[in-house]
Amino acid sequence: MPNGHDLLFRTLADPTRRAIFERLCRDGEQTVGALTARAGVSQPAVSKHLGVLKRAGLVRDRHAGRQTHYSAELTALAPLSEWTSRMTGFWKSRIDDLEDLLKRMDQ
Amino acid sequence: MNDASAETLSVAVDREVPYPPDKIWRALTQPHLIEEWLMQNDFEPVVGHRFDFRADWGSVDCRVLVVEPNRTLSYTWDAMGLESVVTWTLTPTSTGTHLRVEQSGFRADQQQAYQGAKFGWQRFFGALEQVLARAD
Repeated sequence: MPNGHDLLFRTLADPTRRAIFERLCRDGEQTVGALTARAGVSQPAVSKHLGVLKRAGLVRDRHAGRQTHYSAELTALAPLSEWTSRMTGFWKSRIDDLEDLLKRMDQ
Repeated sequence: MNDASAETLSVAVDREVPYPPDKIWRALTQPHLIEEWLMQNDFEPVVGHRFDFRADWGSVDCRVLVVEPNRTLSYTWDAMGLESVVTWTLTPTSTGTHLRVEQSGFRADQQQAYQGAKFGWQRFFGALEQVLARAD
C-alpha cells in the first residue's frame, strides 16, 4: 500500500470542503457567491476551501469579468477508484492467507 | 447496512470459509494468529483499545470499535491519509461461515456540515467513468 493518495484524502476529509466539491459535481460550474449562499459558512471560508481543492487538482477556476467560476475536475478522483481496487485486492489476498492459517490451526 | 454505505468510499470482500465462526474469530482476534495472515500488531479484543498494524511499508493506526464474539469485529484503520473503518462479519452457514470484510472511508458522521450534501461516492465513480470514457 504505497502512499500518494494523502493529499486527495486529506483534502476530501473535511466535510465542508467535500460538500462544496460535491455541489460542484452535482450542479456544475458555480461562483463563490453562489456556493456561499448555500454553504452555511462565510465567503472567505468558502474561498479558502476552494483554494485547497484547487491545489489538490479537484477544482479548476475560470475568470469572467469580476467573477471567478469554479468547476469540479472529476478526473482528479481517479485515485479513489485506484484505492478501492487496491484495497479489494489487499483484503482478498489477506483472506487467502487467513484461509491458509485456518487449515493449519487446531480445531 | 443502511444508506450510509452508499454515501461513503467503501470496499467489501465476501468469502465462504469451511470452518465454524469461533475458529475464524480466534484468527481475527489473537495477535500471534493475526500476524500470520495480516500484520504484526498489538491488538486486544477490547472496545476502545488503541493498537497498530506494522509492516515494512509503514503502520496503520487503529482503535477497536465493536467486539461481538464470533459475530462482528470492527476497528478504525487510519492509513494513507484516510481514516476508515474495517468491519468483519461472521455468519454461520451449513458448511462453515460466510465471512465478510468491509472497509469504509469518509464515515457518515463526518458528513453533516453542508446542508443538502447527498451526492454519493458511487455516483462519483459513475461520473468519473463517463469522463474517462469521453477522454477516449
